[in-house]
Parts: sequence; structure tokens; C-alpha cells
Amino acid sequence: MTLRGATALLALLLASGHAGARPETDPTPLHYADAAEETRFHALTATLRCVQCQNQSLADSDAPIAHDLRREVLALMRQGRSDAQIRQYLVDRYGEFVLYRPRMEPGTWLLWFGPAALLLAAGAGIALHLRRRGKTHEVPLPGDDQEW
Amino acid sequence: MTSASSTRRVLLVAGGLVFLALVVLLAWGVHRSGDPARDTLPSTLINKPAPKFDLPLLHSPDIRITPETLAGAPYVLNVWGSWCPACAEEHPVLTRFALTKRVRVVGYDWKDKREDALAWLEQRGNPFLLVVTDEDGSAAIDWGVVAAPETFLVDGKGMIRWKHSGPLTDEIIHDELIPRLSRLEQAQ
Repeated sequence: MTLRGATALLALLLASGHAGARPETDPTPLHYADAAEETRFHALTATLRCVQCQNQSLADSDAPIAHDLRREVLALMRQGRSDAQIRQYLVDRYGEFVLYRPRMEPGTWLLWFGPAALLLAAGAGIALHLRRRGKTHEVPLPGDDQEW
Repeated sequence: MTSASSTRRVLLVAGGLVFLALVVLLAWGVHRSGDPARDTLPSTLINKPAPKFDLPLLHSPDIRITPETLAGAPYVLNVWGSWCPACAEEHPVLTRFALTKRVRVVGYDWKDKREDALAWLEQRGNPFLLVVTDEDGSAAIDWGVVAAPETFLVDGKGMIRWKHSGPLTDEIIHDELIPRLSRLEQAQ
């Protein structure tokens, strides 16, 4: 294939897009009333996950839905809603997934305490094993006078 | 037999079980990676009332549509945009289904310019009974819309019964949408 052919193919592949392709128009940038509002907004959106680009926070993502959700979060802040209320608003619509820090509840106990429980179990297993081995027989140390 | 060797055997068996569990987990992960819908979030709205909205008709913006306008019988709500290549890919499938007149198919034009949407339907044909427009996408947040296309099934009482994210295929319509629709109709 010629270089030109390859370039054309690449352009075609890039243009074909996928389910998450973006709308033509980019929403207008957000304007903050004051520095305090901006600080609170950035702190809040950094703890929320973008529902489309799932490994980015709502603050970082450039997905169209992230633009819309940022605008919505700012609007809710201006309505006087607390951070907890805004998080709940998003959880109601998109599920627990939007929270980077999952809430403590029976459904997330395994997530919160699983690693610690695993570590404790492994530690207990090793301790038990060592104690039992210590009781039964001593491992003979190789003597210093061993001949090589 | 000493207790040390029996402990060793227990540890060996436990280690083997842990290893097997790991293999199963990894195999499941590899299997799942082939699923195109692996990143789809489950909708929080299943078996909940469809959100309130009040949106203009695409073809005559003076007329506004609310969930009450559509109540009384099931309908399928398809979220699309003229900017969305996957919606164009889905369009023939959706059109074939709409032509069977099995259920009302309502279009939800999302984050789109009116003239672009009209041209898109003009060019490809309009399978929808009616199309509502949500130009700035604010009403779609209540529906938990992430990316077009998405398709909802709403029953006659206005409850959301099913959602599919991504383009519809004949298989999905046949295996998932139609059986649910039949169940709704029997329940009525």
C-alpha cells in the first residue's frame, strides 16, 4: 500500500468514530461567581467519576456528557444544595459508580474491609504455622565448620 | 506422620485452591473483555417511573411533549443524535422494527441542532412516531443518558422496564426487547 493510501485509510478509521462520538457543538465554558465557588466546584468534581470515560474524573473528562454534568453540578451548587445532596442527585441517576469514594454500607463492606480481612487471615495463617513448627522440631542450623 | 508435614500439606492444598481461584478469576476477566457492553453501567431507573420532562417536538417546536402525552400504552424511547455514527449504524435496524408497528417508537434527539436532525431524518427516513428534542441535554441527565444511542422501554403506566446502551441489533430486539414487551402486554 502506498503511503497516501495508508494515510487515507487512517483518516477513514479515525473519522468512522464509535458509540461515544461527540456532538458537533461544544458547550460554553463555565463561569464562576467567585474563587470560593470555583474551589468548591473543583474539589467536588474531582471526587466524581465521568460516566463515559470511566477512568477519568468529572473534572478531567472532555466527554460531552461530562460537560453537561459539570454544568448541572454548578447549577445545583447555585441552588444551594450541599455536596452530599449533589452526590446523591448523581447517584440517583447514574448509580454508585459515579462516586470515586464508595459509601460505607453493607453492599460495599467487602470493598472496604476485604483487603484488611485478607491480610489478617494471611497473617494469622503464617503465625499459626510458625508457632506449630517452632513447637515440633527445630530446624538444624548448618554448622560453621562445614567443609566445602 | 509429624504435625509439621500435615501442616505443610494443608498449606499446599490451600495454596492450590487460591491458585485455582485466581485462574478462574483471570479466565472470567479474559472472557468478559470480549463483551462490547462491558463498560455499560446498569441503569438505576429500571422499574422506576420515567423522569418528568417537557420537551418540544422536532417537527413542530410549538408542541411540547410530556410523559403524560405518552401514557396509556408502552413505548420505546430511542436516544440519538445526527452527530452520532453509531446511531446511523443502528438506524436501519430500528426502522425495520418500527415498521412492524409492534410498539410506538419515540425519538429523543439529544444535544443536536434542529436543522441537522431534520436533515438526518430526511436523508435516512424517519422511523419515529414523534421526535422530541433536548438541545442542551439537560433533560437527558434525569434519564441517566451517558452516550447515544440508548434505548428505553417504558410501560403503559410510565415505568421504565428495560434499557439498552449502544446500537440495537436484530438479536437484541428479538431476544430482549420483544419478550419484555409481550410480558407487559400480557400483564395489562
